[in-house]
Amino acid sequence: MLSRTADSLYWLSRYVERAEFVARILDAAHRLASLPTSYGGGETNEWHSALLSAGGEALFRAHHDAVNADTVGRFLAFSPNNPSSIRSCIETARENARSVRTALTTEMWDTINGAWLELRNYEGRDLSQEEFARFLDWVKSISLTFDGSAYRTMLRNDAYWFTRLGTAIERADNTARILDVKYQILLPASERVGGSLDYFQWTTILREVSAFNAYHWVYRESIKPMLVADLLILNRQMPRSFLNCYGQLVEHLDLIADAYGRRGPSQRLAGNLLARLEGDHIERVFASGLHEFVTAFIDENNRVGEAIATQYLV
Amino acid sequence: MTSVAFDEMSGFEGNAPVAVREAYAALKSWLDATPPDQFHTRRSQAELLFRRIGITFAVYGDNDSTERLIPFDIIPRVLTKPEWDFLERGLKQRVTAINAFLKDVYTTQECIKAGIIPEELVYRNAHYRMEMRSIRPPHDLYVHIAGIDIVRTGENDFFVLEDNARTPSGVSYMLENREVMLRLFPDLFSRHRVAPVENYPDALLATLRSLAPTTATRDPTVVLLTPGRYNSAFYEHSFLADKLGVDLVEASDLFTKDDVLYMRTTEGPRRVDVVYRRLDDDFLDPLVFRPDSVLGVPGIMNAYERGNVTLANAVGTGVSDDKAVYSYMPEIVRFFTGEEPILKNVPTHRCREKEALAYVLDNLGSLVVKEVNGSGGYGMLVGPHATKREIEEFGRRIRHAPDGFIAQPTLSLSTCPTFVASGVAPRHVDLRPFVLCGADEIRIVPGGLTRVALKEGSLVVNSSQGGGTKDTWVLDA
Repeated sequence: MLSRTADSLYWLSRYVERAEFVARILDAAHRLASLPTSYGGGETNEWHSALLSAGGEALFRAHHDAVNADTVGRFLAFSPNNPSSIRSCIETARENARSVRTALTTEMWDTINGAWLELRNYEGRDLSQEEFARFLDWVKSISLTFDGSAYRTMLRNDAYWFTRLGTAIERADNTARILDVKYQILLPASERVGGSLDYFQWTTILREVSAFNAYHWVYRESIKPMLVADLLILNRQMPRSFLNCYGQLVEHLDLIADAYGRRGPSQRLAGNLLARLEGDHIERVFASGLHEFVTAFIDENNRVGEAIATQYLV
Repeated sequence: MTSVAFDEMSGFEGNAPVAVREAYAALKSWLDATPPDQFHTRRSQAELLFRRIGITFAVYGDNDSTERLIPFDIIPRVLTKPEWDFLERGLKQRVTAINAFLKDVYTTQECIKAGIIPEELVYRNAHYRMEMRSIRPPHDLYVHIAGIDIVRTGENDFFVLEDNARTPSGVSYMLENREVMLRLFPDLFSRHRVAPVENYPDALLATLRSLAPTTATRDPTVVLLTPGRYNSAFYEHSFLADKLGVDLVEASDLFTKDDVLYMRTTEGPRRVDVVYRRLDDDFLDPLVFRPDSVLGVPGIMNAYERGNVTLANAVGTGVSDDKAVYSYMPEIVRFFTGEEPILKNVPTHRCREKEALAYVLDNLGSLVVKEVNGSGGYGMLVGPHATKREIEEFGRRIRHAPDGFIAQPTLSLSTCPTFVASGVAPRHVDLRPFVLCGADEIRIVPGGLTRVALKEGSLVVNSSQGGGTKDTWVLDA
């Protein structure tokens, strides 16, 4: 297939994934903000933290002074100046979709084009909190429908595999970015502080990656920071964990390599990273430094992305 | 001007009115029986369908509506089998003559020597490409996809208004209009035997494959080259590529090496044999034509000259669809086919000729004046509908550069019942059938794009000027 087509498919699914991620961050921040102060809510720091997780703080500072529900909400949801705002993500996704219409199934195109059309009903006016919550739910439903229609309607060929690569790389990056921002509250040191404050911070992380219920099913324990980290990094069952994302990446990179009869740097890099994740243990990660581990992962994930680009997308 | 228009449903109004022409009988009884609010419902359903599939049309210079829907009218336009057979014969003859003419002007120029057409109209034509003097396209075919604009003024009076021999567009509307009609009005189709148009993409692909260079494999690689997603017809490009099952490429996807054209794929370079290009000559190759073109592929003309790739349409076909050359088409048809033209031309005054110029300037109020190189309904004057100032302004422009203009009598284009704000009312229409010229045969799908001027009394059907479209039915019984 055309390299440009593969490139657009890859970025299309990255942006859809990112839109959902930003929606989840906003959702979790709202929830935290609505808690009484003694439970960790009501402070402005959850908005700052939301901004850090979603990225683009410098850009935000260029346009706003106050960090609060209103400014951060608008910046992350609707700002045309923020390339990762939900609005920008949907627009960029739709631009990519439009240039590769022929590679998409009708269902996928309908989802993205429909989202782009419907976006106008939300932007450009003041939304009540309830409307905003509905908006965030709507964004999540877009990515679910998109993902579902890709899964249910696409031919299982390279077009599908590149779509999946985009989702996996973006997911891995998103999970890592949350951990990068919030690693302090997962560190053993903070366990001593304990109390309900941290509990709600942890659950916020879990909500951001839609794993609040999953945690209990997996560990059957009350929420502990190290297990939260384990779930997000090394748990194979958790769809957004580093390990699972890399399982997906390697699987689809291998399918591409088999179909084309040639392996390259992206297969090697992703394969190595997967093997290391598989052999790792959360205690070791904490011992060697959670922050360092996550930062290194973000770099390596970027390198895999670059390798995919050079090998296939240009 | 108040000449009476021929209405395709009811015949001439006033002039011994026929209640309904036979072809429209079933449609009329359906129109009469359908409550008006149902039209409203169906029309909004149609609009929703179009919006959902993403059929949009970009209008240049109009920022608010970069993605606008072309209005679709839900009342079909009907042609009988004998009418279509006549048009089909005429179209085949005309496109055959155009191809012979193009071969001639780029090789031996017999038609110029024989005095059929003035040589300056060929050599000083903005679309004449010297480069084509040294290039022979495969099978001596230049125009592979033509859109011939036809207007009707009476029961048996059809005229060719324009030959579009470069990159005619609109065929996606022909296909999608039918699709939408089938979804909205299945009962109507059970009452009519409408010839299908859905085989157009197959016919187009067969045509393109038949044109592959001799060096190509038996399974030639065909691509559709688009200027990109900001082009007004991008929707159509992607739609057609999808229906054809070929890659939709932009210039950056292509490159040449040793005079062979390749596309960049995830599996490395792949050779390209046939390019259905929806990009004007000027932009095709920055090394040969406009050096500032970023839409083109450097070296593609060399590959073309070496016979390693086929461009459809060929380069330089614009010389045949120029409006000044148009006025010589009857002579061109006679000269190259030895037959009388089946399809008539609209009588045309060439402002480059002294007498004609004087006549045109004296009669601007009743004529339609067009720029020789214009298209899309831009820069034309419809005398009877123009203000005094517009007429004076146009007169100045014509005097300044008479060679650039032709004028035609204001034809009373036929009308078709159309659903408008006030209900069902007659509106003027034209027809663009698409002619496919392959190495093996000429293929024409029965039908075409009917464009309708939605404003009451307006004769301008171009989508860029507020025109709409209709489904076109050729009754196959």
